[in-house]
Amino acid sequence: MSVLTVSSLAKRYRRGGKPFAAVDDVSFEINPAETLAVAGPSGSGKSTIAKLVLRLIEPDAGRIDFEGQDLLALSGATLRAKRAKVQMVFQDPLAAFNPRATVARVLDDPLRTHNIASRADRPRRIAALLERVGLDAGLAARAIHEISGGQRQRVAIARAIATRPSLIVLDEAVSALDVSVRGQILELLLDLQRQERIAYLFISHDLGVIRAVAHRVVILDAGRIAESGDARDVIAKPQSAIGKALVAATPRLIRNRP
Amino acid sequence: MTVLLSIRDLSVRYQRDGVAALKGVSLDVLAGERLAIIGESGSGKSTLALAVAGLLARGVEIGGRMDWFLPASAGAKAPLSVLPDISPSRGEIGSSVAGPLLAASKIGEGGDHSVISPLEGEMSGRTERGAKDRQPSALATSHPLLGRDIGFVFQDPSSSLDPVMPIGKQIAEVAHTHLHLTWREAIAKAKTLLERVRLPNLDATLHAYPHQLSGGQKQRVAIAAAIAAAPKLLIADEATSALDTIVQAEIVSLIRRLVAEDGMTLIFISHDIALAASLADRIAVLRHGELVELGETDQILNAPRHAYTRALLDAHLGLDAEPLFDRQGSPA
Repeated sequence: MSVLTVSSLAKRYRRGGKPFAAVDDVSFEINPAETLAVAGPSGSGKSTIAKLVLRLIEPDAGRIDFEGQDLLALSGATLRAKRAKVQMVFQDPLAAFNPRATVARVLDDPLRTHNIASRADRPRRIAALLERVGLDAGLAARAIHEISGGQRQRVAIARAIATRPSLIVLDEAVSALDVSVRGQILELLLDLQRQERIAYLFISHDLGVIRAVAHRVVILDAGRIAESGDARDVIAKPQSAIGKALVAATPRLIRNRP
Repeated sequence: MTVLLSIRDLSVRYQRDGVAALKGVSLDVLAGERLAIIGESGSGKSTLALAVAGLLARGVEIGGRMDWFLPASAGAKAPLSVLPDISPSRGEIGSSVAGPLLAASKIGEGGDHSVISPLEGEMSGRTERGAKDRQPSALATSHPLLGRDIGFVFQDPSSSLDPVMPIGKQIAEVAHTHLHLTWREAIAKAKTLLERVRLPNLDATLHAYPHQLSGGQKQRVAIAAAIAAAPKLLIADEATSALDTIVQAEIVSLIRRLVAEDGMTLIFISHDIALAASLADRIAVLRHGELVELGETDQILNAPRHAYTRALLDAHLGLDAEPLFDRQGSPA
């Protein structure tokens, strides 16, 4: 059974007084331990889909089923319980955290809010989470603004996995990282996926990264799905105009490899 | 090829954290070349761009030499520029194409005899208390003027354009100031420039405000303003990093075309080695404020001499990237 099934999702905004469809008739599903990438140019609806799946905004039409339940029909305590199972990591971890918080505080929040660990048990759980994402437990006392960008994104991942989610929405989660750090973060995400069978909704503008981490890809154009399929196939032989344009625009590193 | 700018042993230290942003960097920028400067965050690539443009704030410690070899027409009789007191630590550099405009408008008002060259004093080093030795005036007069001799394109066009000034006026201001055109001529020039950067609806765009344009269109406007006075050198500092892939490719080809048409020298600052390689004749690799390697693009890609350059190349994920999930037991 799929973790997430999105059917005929639609979200309209008004721009300059005129209605426009940010997301229009979008359907897809993600299976356990699978990475579905969502690609497309700016304004194609990538981040709107992320917000809809996280229920940060409500759709105008369509259905979102998460672990077999109609997510849009949930409210109150049942919604809160489901929310623990859907986590998120954004592009800029500095903007995603209270900048004055310590690393420990950032990781304590989900453990407390979702009643995952008792107060006495939480320091041990925080240390284990840090270790799980490749950070020294001693980092717990540091302020969020004191640590490096790569460390901060590891903390964001630690916070996301604290509630043992079955789906993580990654919205341009590695786009702001240096390439040397980016590779390590992608390896960490894949390792977590293998171990915990987490599904990823991986939103990115970068087809190279998508090819490296995604099983399947959905390419959006003006809120609609232009094409979808196996990530390697779509990138090797895009069928839609926007898919072809994205592939053509991706910088190539032409090397005479030994 | 002739040398446009010779940089020797350039060191820059920001006072806010005491960290050396550049450590003894020496390189020549050749007239007419497209030079990419690449590196990761903290490598000093933007500091190098700001130093070349004379945009580093007054409190920044600078050591070393920068010698310019501009054609006689440029820099000879024009007034020296004012270094606007903008501090990178406050993030204000990013918020203004106004750098050149601000400097220019002060000169335009005339009568300000305290004008100094952007790097005068800065380059010759200053004591801890802020006293400064002036560089020999011969060197100072040959320093190029930002806006007239150097065009600068920043990463974020939303913050580099004035939000409450019409597009046409922002471009015309550069031509009015540096080319001494009348306003009517300058506006006509702005219209020509909008056409050159391929913006549609020229008359409407002249009167439009930045918020009415898309990110890519705003960057085209910023480029039009940067080249309005026909500078010898164009510096693009991560000028396409905030744009999506398709718009990025369009802006890179626009820069390539404009540089070729006007015979400009280009310094292209980027974190993306593949993007840099698509545009540059030569690539300089910076790391932790040091110049790691400088070579022809082909040599950097195919025969990198430094392990760090190889690591950057290997970390690139291109359209031929092997899926990571196929690799068994790869270390995290």
